[in-house]
Parts: sequence; C-alpha cells; structure tokens
Amino acid sequence: MKKLIMHGLRVGIPPGLCLFVGILCWDLLIRLGNIDRYLLPTPRAVFDVLVGRSGDLLAAARVTLHSAVVGFSLSLLGGLTVATLFSEFRWLRRGCYPYAIFLHTVPIVAISPLIITWFGYGGKSVVVITFIVSLFPIITSATNGMLEADSELKELFKLYGASRWAVLWKLKFPSAVPQIISGAQTASGLAIVGAIIGEFFAGHEAGRYGLGYYIFSAQGQFRTDILLASVILSTLLGVGLFAVIALFAKTVLYRWINH
Amino acid sequence: MSASPAPSQHTALVRLIDATVQFPGQGMPTLQKINLEVKPGENIAVVGPSGCGKSTLLRVLAGLLQPSDGKRIAIDEKTCTSSGQKELAMVFQDARLLPWRTVWGNMQLPYELTGEAVDKKRLEELLELTGLHKKDFHKYPRMLSGGMKMRVAVARSLVLNPNLLLLDEPFAAVDDLLREQLNLELLKLQKQFGFSTVLVTHHIGEALFLSHRLFIMSANPGQITEEVPIPWPENRTGDLRVSPEFAQLCGKVKHLLRQL
Repeated sequence: MKKLIMHGLRVGIPPGLCLFVGILCWDLLIRLGNIDRYLLPTPRAVFDVLVGRSGDLLAAARVTLHSAVVGFSLSLLGGLTVATLFSEFRWLRRGCYPYAIFLHTVPIVAISPLIITWFGYGGKSVVVITFIVSLFPIITSATNGMLEADSELKELFKLYGASRWAVLWKLKFPSAVPQIISGAQTASGLAIVGAIIGEFFAGHEAGRYGLGYYIFSAQGQFRTDILLASVILSTLLGVGLFAVIALFAKTVLYRWINH
Repeated sequence: MSASPAPSQHTALVRLIDATVQFPGQGMPTLQKINLEVKPGENIAVVGPSGCGKSTLLRVLAGLLQPSDGKRIAIDEKTCTSSGQKELAMVFQDARLLPWRTVWGNMQLPYELTGEAVDKKRLEELLELTGLHKKDFHKYPRMLSGGMKMRVAVARSLVLNPNLLLLDEPFAAVDDLLREQLNLELLKLQKQFGFSTVLVTHHIGEALFLSHRLFIMSANPGQITEEVPIPWPENRTGDLRVSPEFAQLCGKVKHLLRQL
C-alpha cells in the first residue's frame, strides 16, 4: 500500500506541479499584462464557471459524450468490417484504400454543411460527423494489424487445412488487437473533436445542447470564461475515453497485448 | 532411432521429382531440379549456406508451395490431401506459438483447425513426454524459457500423430548445451512415435546426430550437390558427439560446404 502511494506521488507530482505553475503564469499574465477579461478570463473566473454552472456544463458534456460514443462505436464497427474485407480481398483493398484516405484528408468543417443538408440539424448529423472523423485510424490500424499476422503461423494454419474463417478469427484478428487498440485510442480523441465540430454546426436540437454548442454561443457573447470551461471539459472527455480504452485493453484484452 | 523401415516399405512418404521453384522477378531459380524422397522411418538433414533454398525446399515438401516445374508426389494419399495434411507437421524456428494462448490452448490448435475431437489424455501425455509439468500447462508462452517454448512447439506438432515432421531450423535460437539436450529428446520421441523427419539446419553436428542421410545444398540456383550417408546405428547417445568418427565426418561436411 505504501509502495502504491509512493508510486502515485512519483507519477502525480510532476504533472501536478506543471499544472500549478501553468495556472500561476496564466494568472500573473492577466494581472501584470493588464489584459481585458473578455479576451482572457482569470483562472478563478473559469473555475467559478466550472463550479457555479456545473449542472449545465455536465448536462452538456453528457450530450457531447453520448454523440462521441455513438459515433465512435459506429466507426469501430464499420472500421473493423472494412478492415476485415480489406485484409481478405486484395483487389478490394487496392481499389478502395485510396478512397479510405479521402476520409482522413477531407476537411470535415467544409463538408459539415452538406451532412446537415442530408441529415438535418441535431444529434443525427453530429453522430455522422463524429463517425466520419474517427473512422480512418481504425481502418488503417486494423487492416495493417491483420495483414501483418505472422507468415509462418499462416503456414501452420494452412498445413492443418484451416478454413478462411478460422485463419481470420483465430489468427489475423487476435494478431491485430494491439494495433486495433492504438487505432481506437486515436479515434476516441478524434470522436470528441468530431462531436464538438458537429455541435458547432448542427447542435441546435431543442433541449439537447452539447459542449460544442456552449463554445459556439459563449463566443457570441464574449464569455471566454464559459468557453474555456467548456474546452476544459471536452478535453477531459477525450482523456477519459482514451483512459477507458486503455483500461479495457489492460484488463479484458491483456492476453492479446502482452506478448 | 525410430521404428526401422520394413524392407517392403519402399514407398516414399513424399517424393520430389525434378522440382524447380522459380519466383517471379528473380533471375536464378530458388530451387533447381530437386530429386528427393523421404521413406517411412527415415531421417534426412539438409545443410547449406544461407539463401540456398533450404526453407523453400521444406515448404515444397510440405505442399505449402507448388513447384513451378517438376512434381511433388505424396504416395500415401493420407499423407497429403488437398485440404489439411494431418499426417504431416512442421516445426518452425522460434517455436511460433500463439502468444495469446496458453500452452494448453496452443496444444488444442491442431484439433480445432482440423475439426477433430480433443484428446486431452494425448495432449497431457505429449506435454509430459516433452518435459512440461502440469503447472506449466496454463502458462502463456512469454512466461516460458526458449527451450520450453520449443518443447511445446514439438509437442504441438505431434498432436495429430504425423508420419512426417518437417523441422525448419527448430533449435537455432537456443544455446549449444540446450540444443544437444533437445536433440536427444527428439530422438526419444521419434523412437516412441516412429515419425520420419526432414531437418533443415545450419548446425552440422545436429544434422549428423539426428539423421540417416545428409544433403548438401548450394545457392544460386538452389541445388542438391552432395548426399552424405551417415553410418551410425540407431539408439545414438550423447557419447557419439565426442567420438573421433563424428568429428571426422563433421570435418568432411564442413570441407564440402567450403567448396561450394
């Protein structure tokens, strides 16, 4: 127990100290630099918003998290399906992979209006935007992971007359788990970004305002304190999602990761 | 060493006739006109410089790779059916165990892939014969030493009771003392189960100790240049390795390899 506490302190103190120094500098900058509060609020003001409006903000965070998780889950499902098809059919991979890169390079902000035209304002468009943004890392990581399955193990499977399904399920998929996890972690961060962008443009659904909408409207009112509080919360959402995946990998999937 | 081949059993388990392998885009064929047959109960070793096509030869014998010219004939139909070759097994360098499965899970793999019913008693027997204790059965490969992993790989290859075991530099990653120990264990297993072997190795001592016939291959193109008969009787022991005749034959093979 004592060891655990010591370890916690060793791991926790340096970043905590950095955070403290950072906030101190921020505060000093405003005090000594005579910066207008509407341009940059004091840490105290942001903290007050986080505490004072915690009910609103948490409700908004829940809406954003919901969109992000739904979009991310869809991209996990879709990405793994596409990756499986890519790893099984070379012609399909060669034909379609260049267009998968399109997903990665398309400026999502530019096509968001199109998505809203198709799916309307509200949660549906937000989920679609999130899905598009987080799909690519899953496709690439899972495809690469499956293609990189050990060639001698493939021969071993072939020698025993393994079916295509058996090779996929018992060899390629398990081999790809570490890469799929790292792809999913990248995608989880992007999913939050996607949800915020989606809410920016399409988050006007009555009664369901996400953090993206808060950021958008706070900017209109020059409430940088609310804006920063929303940014902090959305960042925490991203970190949280990332950590949940890491935890899932370490506990449930550890057999496939710790080689 | 193994169940001695009866005089009537002249049928080869597998035979290559003028087998040539030419990979596209490569000037020289990787294998050129290889003629080789493996009879029941026979142990063959193949040595040669790196890149001479030893591993490719093993894959052609296994039926994993079709020769671009020439033929591979498996006379015993059971040895090589088109789907699944239960009578034939392969052991690779570095064991090649599935890292996400325990020892026991790895042992079950041949049954799972061929759809045969799991014979737990056989798995236990094989693992114990290869020197694993019950407490090791549920360990993951990363928890085992290099030698232990190799032992599991050998045990796994014997699960379906193959007639022919193809060994692709199986003991290359272990130290010399352990290699000698594993060689002796392999002989013991052969004596019990009576499988034939084709061993590809860089280690001349190992090749001579484990085999009845030794083939020397040259590179570019990969060809068999020499066949060296090995005179020693069955029931070989570690003492053979320190005998003058053994050293002499080792020297001869080395000399032949240098001449390539």
